[in-house]
Amino acid sequence: MSDSPLSSIVATPEQMLPGGWEMVVGLEVHVELATATKLFSGSPNRFGDEPNINIDPVTLGLPGALPVLNKKAVELAMRIGLALNCRIQRCIFHRKNYFYPDQPKAYQISQYDLPLNADGHLELPSGVVIGVERAHLEEDTGKSTHVGGATGRIHGSDYSLMDFNRAGVPLVEIVSRPDIRTSEQAREYVSELRSILEAIGASDAKMEEGSMRCDANVSVHKPGTPFGTRCEIKNVNSIRALGRAIDYEARRQIDIIDSGGVIRQETRHWDDAEGRTHTLRTKEDADDYRYFPEPDLVTVDPSQEWIEEVRAALPPLPAARRAMLHELTGYDIRSEAVVVAVERGQHEYVKAVVDAGGDPVKALIYVTQAFAEAGASPAVPAADIAALTILERDNKLSATQAKTVLAEIVANGGGDAAAIAAAKGFEAMDTSAVETMVDEAIAADPDAWAKYCAGEEKAAGAIVGRIMKASKGKADGKVVSAIMQSRRG
Amino acid sequence: MATIPTTASEIAAAVASGALTAREVLEAHLARIQEREADIHAFNLVTADAARAQADAIDADIAAGRPVGPLAGVPIAIKDNMCTHGIETTCSSKILEGWKPPYDATVVTRLRAAGAVMVGKTNLDEFAMGSSTENSAFGATRNPLDTSRVPGGSSGGSAAAVAAGFSPVSLGSDTGGSIRQPAALCGVVGVKPTYGLVSRYGLVAYASSLDQIGPFATTVADAALITEVIAGHDVMDSTSIPQDAPSLVGAVSQGVTGMRIGRVVDLPGGAEPEVSARLDAAFEALAAAGATIVDVTLPSLGYALTAYYLIAPAEASSNLARFDGVRYGLRVNAVDTNAMYGATRAAGFGDEVKRRIMLGTYALSAGYYDAYYGKALKVRRLIAQDFDKAYESVDTILMPTSPLVAFKFGEKADDPMSMYLCDIYTIPTNLAGHPAMSVPFGTGAHGLPVGIQVLAPALGEAAMFRVGGALEAAAGGAQ
Repeated sequence: MSDSPLSSIVATPEQMLPGGWEMVVGLEVHVELATATKLFSGSPNRFGDEPNINIDPVTLGLPGALPVLNKKAVELAMRIGLALNCRIQRCIFHRKNYFYPDQPKAYQISQYDLPLNADGHLELPSGVVIGVERAHLEEDTGKSTHVGGATGRIHGSDYSLMDFNRAGVPLVEIVSRPDIRTSEQAREYVSELRSILEAIGASDAKMEEGSMRCDANVSVHKPGTPFGTRCEIKNVNSIRALGRAIDYEARRQIDIIDSGGVIRQETRHWDDAEGRTHTLRTKEDADDYRYFPEPDLVTVDPSQEWIEEVRAALPPLPAARRAMLHELTGYDIRSEAVVVAVERGQHEYVKAVVDAGGDPVKALIYVTQAFAEAGASPAVPAADIAALTILERDNKLSATQAKTVLAEIVANGGGDAAAIAAAKGFEAMDTSAVETMVDEAIAADPDAWAKYCAGEEKAAGAIVGRIMKASKGKADGKVVSAIMQSRRG
Repeated sequence: MATIPTTASEIAAAVASGALTAREVLEAHLARIQEREADIHAFNLVTADAARAQADAIDADIAAGRPVGPLAGVPIAIKDNMCTHGIETTCSSKILEGWKPPYDATVVTRLRAAGAVMVGKTNLDEFAMGSSTENSAFGATRNPLDTSRVPGGSSGGSAAAVAAGFSPVSLGSDTGGSIRQPAALCGVVGVKPTYGLVSRYGLVAYASSLDQIGPFATTVADAALITEVIAGHDVMDSTSIPQDAPSLVGAVSQGVTGMRIGRVVDLPGGAEPEVSARLDAAFEALAAAGATIVDVTLPSLGYALTAYYLIAPAEASSNLARFDGVRYGLRVNAVDTNAMYGATRAAGFGDEVKRRIMLGTYALSAGYYDAYYGKALKVRRLIAQDFDKAYESVDTILMPTSPLVAFKFGEKADDPMSMYLCDIYTIPTNLAGHPAMSVPFGTGAHGLPVGIQVLAPALGEAAMFRVGGALEAAAGGAQ
């Protein structure tokens, strides 16, 4: 991460920390690519298998084995680069040398000064634009389980178990610029990144399974002064933890500076249970990785045709999907219904309901309410949902009745809304019949009515209950409450 | 027993025609091994039983009228840094002692498919680091021509195996001269092909950007034949050139009429006078055979050795880091993981390997990279440019293979710098990625063989073999 000494991005007054401090955050997000095989060998890239099943001479770093680059991994990495507005460039691989038992070759094949994707940016739903320095390809390590000892770490353990299934799984490391000023922005950035990665099919981006991992570089300074010394926070395993870890770390640094101390550049470990970070290693202990060009691989130089092919195949990104739903429904792009529909990839389905003649707002609400488990393309014909939204919009069905019909349509994988409503005896009552029922209910419970008229809103429940009972649920609750309010005057 | 021919091509023809069985050929070679191996120590492992099974299978194929490959029944020795499935592959290092790879190197697969019969794994300087085979953890190999002398290295075992008649052909690997120099010292033919012509998959890496597998043989034609079999694109090696194996055997007897042979006017000195005399004789012979001798200049050649001893150790320091005691090979237990790494590597690697790992680690370190490794890469580019320029006016270049004939044991073992100088004429082609071969051309001091080196531009193997063939013919005529 390259820190510019003075940033043009400054926190707004409400984003400032007490004492005039501002936090400066850059994120390094690692995502496992959704390829069938590993980055440099034909072994399956699969999570959750028996240990040491998905291995081969390349994965284990056996003497004489050589890496061969997975083209699909390059393509998925290019999708990420294009989605993040990066420049896709001629690139090479480097070896990052360090000893660790789960690093089979004692070096990681990564990219160094010539990454595949460079100089991009990501615009968040809130409108903030975060720079993306690079998004490069590299291989994952194996997984160590340290047995015995108190900490679950290698030091002090009795022995360690190695699982090399994950070794060689393709990763893209997405490095942001230090443009983030609040923990809220950090969470929003990771959340948006996750939506993008899912949308473009590059990764399943599950933080809980480790297919998306996030390190945060945190420093504090006073605006107009150079950036402070940064600390890198590791072991952040959820978006919520990311926000907590950043807030904790910024406070910790401010406390140190306020009490006359200085921040040491170091790597710190987030302990989610304790809610604090502690030192993992200081800069003095940092490895010299002795990067040098990987002689076993050749230059990757994606042709313009290939880049354009990948670009053309990109689906609409979450931002475009949210904008589309906003156009359609008038709902804000940050509203829960819009965000949920886009996260689930059901925006196209909402549009299909509208295209089939459905009411846009009701289409969005029905889809977000009824299809939580359905995936991006619910199996119900969009026209069936469209017909239901019209029945409700035209007051042929009450909201309650519509919900019942919707449940039945979903359960049956489709159906004629009008026929289902008729079979259930649902028919819209005309307003004059409801007016009569309101008057009858008022007459039957004058005490409740008096209280309601005196401003006790809760008292309305007794009157409404009587009307619903008398109408067997056919009266539209919204119509009932409108009549009651007009009667109250 | 029928007379066993000495060349691979004659053996293959005799076996394929039924004149000899693969088993007969094999037993004759095993008998020679039995007779002299205790003196020579060419092998880390003789795979007699596996070889007999392989030979019998070929004989069965022939008896049944099934087609056989171009090397049917040809015994071959394989340098012990190439992986052989289920057969110990040690790199002559204690750190890999007992390790049995679960796969074959691509060259081994191709040789088997061609009908060659592997007789054993040959000794080398540990991890191919050395020029005398004295750096083997399992004892030095002796030169069959004079057992008080080294066979050269690092592929000393493979060179000695062919020189002693243990097998008509063998495979070595050449990072800075490790095929050509022992070929010269043992009086046999040795070829380092163009980088990327032969797959490195399954070759235990010393310096990945320089390593290349090639053959030893008693004749230039046999060397061409083996090169044809092992060359050609391999999807398992990303640096493998994406084209089919070239036809080379035909070039050997084509003659050199009209060819332009380069004489390097600014060749670094240091060659023994007898060696220089043989080089002059080689030029005369080629001129007599119809070639034109053209003076060329390679001004950066003097920096090649220094560049090599930064680049090769740098890559080696990374390539050999995987020998950490975690997954295979030697493990020396200690109080924690870092101590285990240290104890394992201290016990498992010999002095020369440690020296190069330290040198390479230093060259790549933060703050030193630009001054050492970075600069060496620039020299490497300069050398390649020098060659490109020279090859505008010549087809091949001639120079000595080794400045010296075979030296005595211990003569250089304690002086790494003088040992490194053995590779002064061979290293430049590795840096450039070009092909080169050593052809025996008479004798020098103590009546020991002198090798003349034929260099050619990338993928210039055909021109190289033409000149090699002509030298061989001239040497035969002269002696």
